[in-house]
Amino acid sequence: MITLSNVGKSYGHDVTIGPVDLTIPEGGITALVGPNGAGKSTLLIMIGRLLGIDSGHIEVAGYDVAKTKSKDLAKIIAILRQENHFIARLTVRQLVGFSRFPYSQGRLTEADEVAINNSINFLNLEGLQDRYLDELSGGQRQRAYVAMVLAQDTEYVLLDEPLNNLDMKHSVQMMRHLKRAAQELGRTIIIVLHDINFAGHYADHICAVKEGQVTEFGTPAEILTDSVLTRIFDTPVQVIDGPNGALAVYY
Amino acid sequence: MHSPVDAQETPTIAAGTPGVTGPFPTFRARRRYWTLLSILSVLAVAIGFGLLAWNNPMPVDTEGFWRIAELRATNVIVIAVVAFCQAIATVSFQTVTNNRILTPSIMGFESLYVAVQTSAVYFLGISGIVALQGLPQFLLQIALMVGLSLLLYGWLLSGKYGNLQIMLLVGIIIGGGLGAVSTFMRRLLTPSEFDILTARLFGSISNADASYLPISLVLCLVAGTVLLSQGRRLNVIALGSDTATNLGISYRFEIMRVLFFVSILMAVSTSLVGPMTFFGFLVATLAYQFADTYDHRHIFPIAVLAGFVVLGGAYFVMKNLFYAQGVVSIIVELVGGTVFLIVILRKGRL
Repeated sequence: MITLSNVGKSYGHDVTIGPVDLTIPEGGITALVGPNGAGKSTLLIMIGRLLGIDSGHIEVAGYDVAKTKSKDLAKIIAILRQENHFIARLTVRQLVGFSRFPYSQGRLTEADEVAINNSINFLNLEGLQDRYLDELSGGQRQRAYVAMVLAQDTEYVLLDEPLNNLDMKHSVQMMRHLKRAAQELGRTIIIVLHDINFAGHYADHICAVKEGQVTEFGTPAEILTDSVLTRIFDTPVQVIDGPNGALAVYY
Repeated sequence: MHSPVDAQETPTIAAGTPGVTGPFPTFRARRRYWTLLSILSVLAVAIGFGLLAWNNPMPVDTEGFWRIAELRATNVIVIAVVAFCQAIATVSFQTVTNNRILTPSIMGFESLYVAVQTSAVYFLGISGIVALQGLPQFLLQIALMVGLSLLLYGWLLSGKYGNLQIMLLVGIIIGGGLGAVSTFMRRLLTPSEFDILTARLFGSISNADASYLPISLVLCLVAGTVLLSQGRRLNVIALGSDTATNLGISYRFEIMRVLFFVSILMAVSTSLVGPMTFFGFLVATLAYQFADTYDHRHIFPIAVLAGFVVLGGAYFVMKNLFYAQGVVSIIVELVGGTVFLIVILRKGRL
């Protein structure tokens, strides 16, 4: 369980996040949705302790994110940001191998290799594992990054817009992989999504963020209604019945 | 440029040992690395021996030969110390600052050295050069450089300035400012003072005083050993602040610690032989190309050996071909720059 109590962060005079009170339950996929600049990513990276908070507390699985050693948190939460650029040239397998650092400090054991193998197989990267990242397409690279955070073997996995720059096919593939990770590996996945229909179809919970505040939290069925979506996105949204569930139409 | 590969891949496992993660993805890459390391080691030994034996009037194996060699050994040790310091400092610095262009030399180290030397001559005349000789002065100069860089890093990496880009920029500007002050003071020197000063401002092996060597060796061994032992951590730090933090590194603390040891290494090297602006950059870049891995435990040895070969080779050529051993940095920059361009143009990436 992730608990945010009274969390606040301010940038300059008028841009503030919070105070946010939020409880994200264990298991499944929780999608953070909302308009641009609402603070979704900021919230995510604060939970992932990449950004300090000005007030309040964040607890992940009972550990206070600000007080627990980064070393120990690395075995509980894994976070992947949107932009990943490394100065060194890495192969897929080397990248995934880094995720075992919290456990073995760079001296990979047999158990680490097993975890790396499992993660690579889970995302169907076997054939690409010795390729360099700069030789991969965007979709493949994104899969490699996700393989990395999954191999970190943490209960909580935070992903900042993993569908960014992916086409339809790769977006769907990615969401299926994540759904499987939640169901088969029992991970709690928190993900920032832009497409409300992806959230509606794949997420178990949707958390709407607007102007630095959490305005809605519920199941897709509760969020995907005309009035709620219109309110969140500040633009007229109509929810219709599609072949695979509700669809938001906004154009 | 590598063209992106299409999504549909033939599911073959690439060459190498599948299922084992290491610094080299393929057997060929590993073999290439060890071959290059061996070649560099042989070259380093040859150059080391050449420096001791070339033009040595006595035949090898006689007592006289070793007596002459002993006299020259100081220079070989200085070359080794400088290569070690510059190579390890530059690679570590570029790793923690997440860039492969800027080096610690540009960040005010050399300009501080130039400023100290110039103001000594400016205020004290020719006797200023003499006033700067001696172990206490040497240590003071090192302390000054380490102090300045720690102040800069500490101030800029903490609090609201916690930003590497800004730190690099301020470092360059401070360097430029100190350089300008020095240039101004040099304008006002008499020609003879200027002449003596100029000799000090070229990176030169002959600048080094043998009495500084023991303390330099101790300092660079301590700082170097710490950085070498941090290889695995540096690999993670190289992934950048977010990924490293995610993997449990206390990022700010770690980079401050690395920068502290980097500043010791740079201060030792600069105080010993003077500015070597391009040398660190050259050696680090060559090491990335030769080692072709992310793993610092494999980059460091290549960098140090390449440093020794480049610097020792330059000194050998200057001494035995041009009889001008005073100005190694000239040939380092000329030949080194050419090699660098060839490597980059052939490979097409940093």
